[in-house]
Amino acid sequence: MSATPAHPSTTTPEMDKAERALIDESTRIPVLLFFGSAVFWLLVGTLFALLASFKMNAPHFLDQWGWLTFGRVRPAHLNAVAYGWAAPAGIGVALWLMARLCRTPLRHSKLLICAALFWNIGILLGIFGILSGDGRSIEWLEFPNYASLMLFVAFGLIAVWAVIMFRFRQPGHVYVSQWYLLAAFLWFPWLYSTANILLNFEPIQGGAQGAVNWWYGHNALGLWFTPIGLAAAYYFIPKVIGRPIHSYYLSILGFWSLALFYSWNGMHHLIGGPFPAWMVSASVVASVMMFIPVITTAINHHMTVRGNFGALKWSPTLRFTVFGAMCYTLSSVQGSLMAIPSLNKVTHFTHYTVGHAHLGLYAFFTMIMFGSMYYITPRIVGWEWPSARLIRWHFWLVAIGIGVMVVALTIGGILQGIALLDPGITFMATLDYTKPWLLLRSGSGILLTAGHIVFAVSFTLLLLKAGSKRTEPTLFGSDQGRKPESLVP
Amino acid sequence: MNKMPVIIIGAFLTFLSSWIGLVAYPYLQLGRYTPFTAEDTGDINPPPLSGMAVMGQRAYASSGCIYCHSQQVRQAGYGSDLERGWGARPTVARDYMRENPAFLGTMRTGPDLTNIGARQPSAMWHHQHLYQPTVVSPGSIMPSYRYLYRLQKIEGQRSANAIDLLPPDNPPDGYEVVPTYEAEALVAYLLSLNRNYPLPEAPEPPQQ
Repeated sequence: MSATPAHPSTTTPEMDKAERALIDESTRIPVLLFFGSAVFWLLVGTLFALLASFKMNAPHFLDQWGWLTFGRVRPAHLNAVAYGWAAPAGIGVALWLMARLCRTPLRHSKLLICAALFWNIGILLGIFGILSGDGRSIEWLEFPNYASLMLFVAFGLIAVWAVIMFRFRQPGHVYVSQWYLLAAFLWFPWLYSTANILLNFEPIQGGAQGAVNWWYGHNALGLWFTPIGLAAAYYFIPKVIGRPIHSYYLSILGFWSLALFYSWNGMHHLIGGPFPAWMVSASVVASVMMFIPVITTAINHHMTVRGNFGALKWSPTLRFTVFGAMCYTLSSVQGSLMAIPSLNKVTHFTHYTVGHAHLGLYAFFTMIMFGSMYYITPRIVGWEWPSARLIRWHFWLVAIGIGVMVVALTIGGILQGIALLDPGITFMATLDYTKPWLLLRSGSGILLTAGHIVFAVSFTLLLLKAGSKRTEPTLFGSDQGRKPESLVP
Repeated sequence: MNKMPVIIIGAFLTFLSSWIGLVAYPYLQLGRYTPFTAEDTGDINPPPLSGMAVMGQRAYASSGCIYCHSQQVRQAGYGSDLERGWGARPTVARDYMRENPAFLGTMRTGPDLTNIGARQPSAMWHHQHLYQPTVVSPGSIMPSYRYLYRLQKIEGQRSANAIDLLPPDNPPDGYEVVPTYEAEALVAYLLSLNRNYPLPEAPEPPQQ
């Protein structure tokens, strides 16, 4: 084990382009099934988000149908984007990464095709269930049992597949992305089954439910989405730049400290609530300790990119991924600070938390997924992205959209929180502080929706192999005939 | 870190620690309460829910009230919950023993509902408010829950459970608005929300 092992693709020149193409091709059907359905649910989830946001600006908007009441559209949004878009996009990226990093063609793709089928039936049933009134109102676990069971079956199939793939890997170095993926494949089924059994199938007493709810809610982000996002960042940043990750030891420290501390964070959602002080304190401490994995990873990524920031000008993959990696640092630091009781007093129960959630799941995770899909999809389809202009529009619409949304919810949330703390301000007046910011949030939602439509169009055109065949990857500036300084395949 | 067992066992153990601390232990400590019977009055607290209120709990979950309303009164020093009159005492785990699910909530776009049954003890008020919230509470951004009500022609006498509505939602002459079973259940649940009873671990402070 050398001190700074290089990125696998650079250490193995014998694994030539043809071999990579063979592996890429073997992943085509399962990965495209997950990507395609993810893009579909992204559009559906975005529509629910817009509806929910407009309803906060105009409460009478579409209030005649129970199916579209705020209290159903909002969880429909969360579940459509978290389980319909983010998770399958992450699974697609994870499948491809596993095949590439195990350096073996994807085996048993039938397992994965079944999983994709079960997964999407589960999402469809779940969203239908929430809208028709079967939702459980347990945040992050709203799906009725008939839907969550489908997701669990799908997930079980994927986890079995991951273990098989890992057994058949080419001997040699196990890259940091694989640690994260393996751990995520172990953690999530455990997490999802425990929480669903204790809260939905055989509910425990109410007094203990909050703890399990937020143990799940926080770990779904921390031990499922985060590891996949980081695995992708650890792969694509060095890949595009063409040089190894800065430090192997920082990678190890980052991985194990994340595993240890993140899993204990959940109770910081319940500060001041009806729970023993030690439980909440343990989570506050663990949340602050998250500075270790976050700063470690941030340094590692930054030092890898350093000197190559120019590549952000031409590589869509790198631009989305670096944006996401930076927002990982930002949202995690924000999360640690929000867990400190004196600050939590202000932000708890306000829109600030909603802004934080979007900084994490969107600005970090979703942006990295976009970046990864820009890299992977042309390689498995055998067709380049049809237009660099569409990619540029996509980037700027969603980057500005999410930026405005987080700023609006952060300011609105802080004003709301300060007002809520002062019993001299009537409750109705606390609402007035948020109204203009909620309007701005709807505006940012329109930008994001436009960005998603552009992405969906671009993705569909690629699948249809529209336009003339390009021989070079579609990079920013390639429409104008400019050539980037360095091109890495 | 080139060995699969190292990663798997390490990931297993770190996660197991949080499973024990935040799942198994809370279940053992907070998930096995029995109600408390006061020796002097014989009151059982928290009081059992009526069948109608249990149905109302489901309606509360189904309509997603939790996305704007919390049900927890925090201790002094954590926000102004007590000063706002949302409860006479902070809530404790035993208060939620009959709740399924426990609607603790994470958002206060609307006020806390832990004790809404004590603050608003009138069923008619709740029906009016659910039907026309922005009329009953000006400035509110709560949506109307009129899909839980029925507009019907008055046959003979006006129904006993018809609700009184203010303009612009009042029904045309000869018609009345009556709650569906789900609305009746939801209001029964809201009226049951009253945690101003004493528990050994949470004595009610003397009334001022």
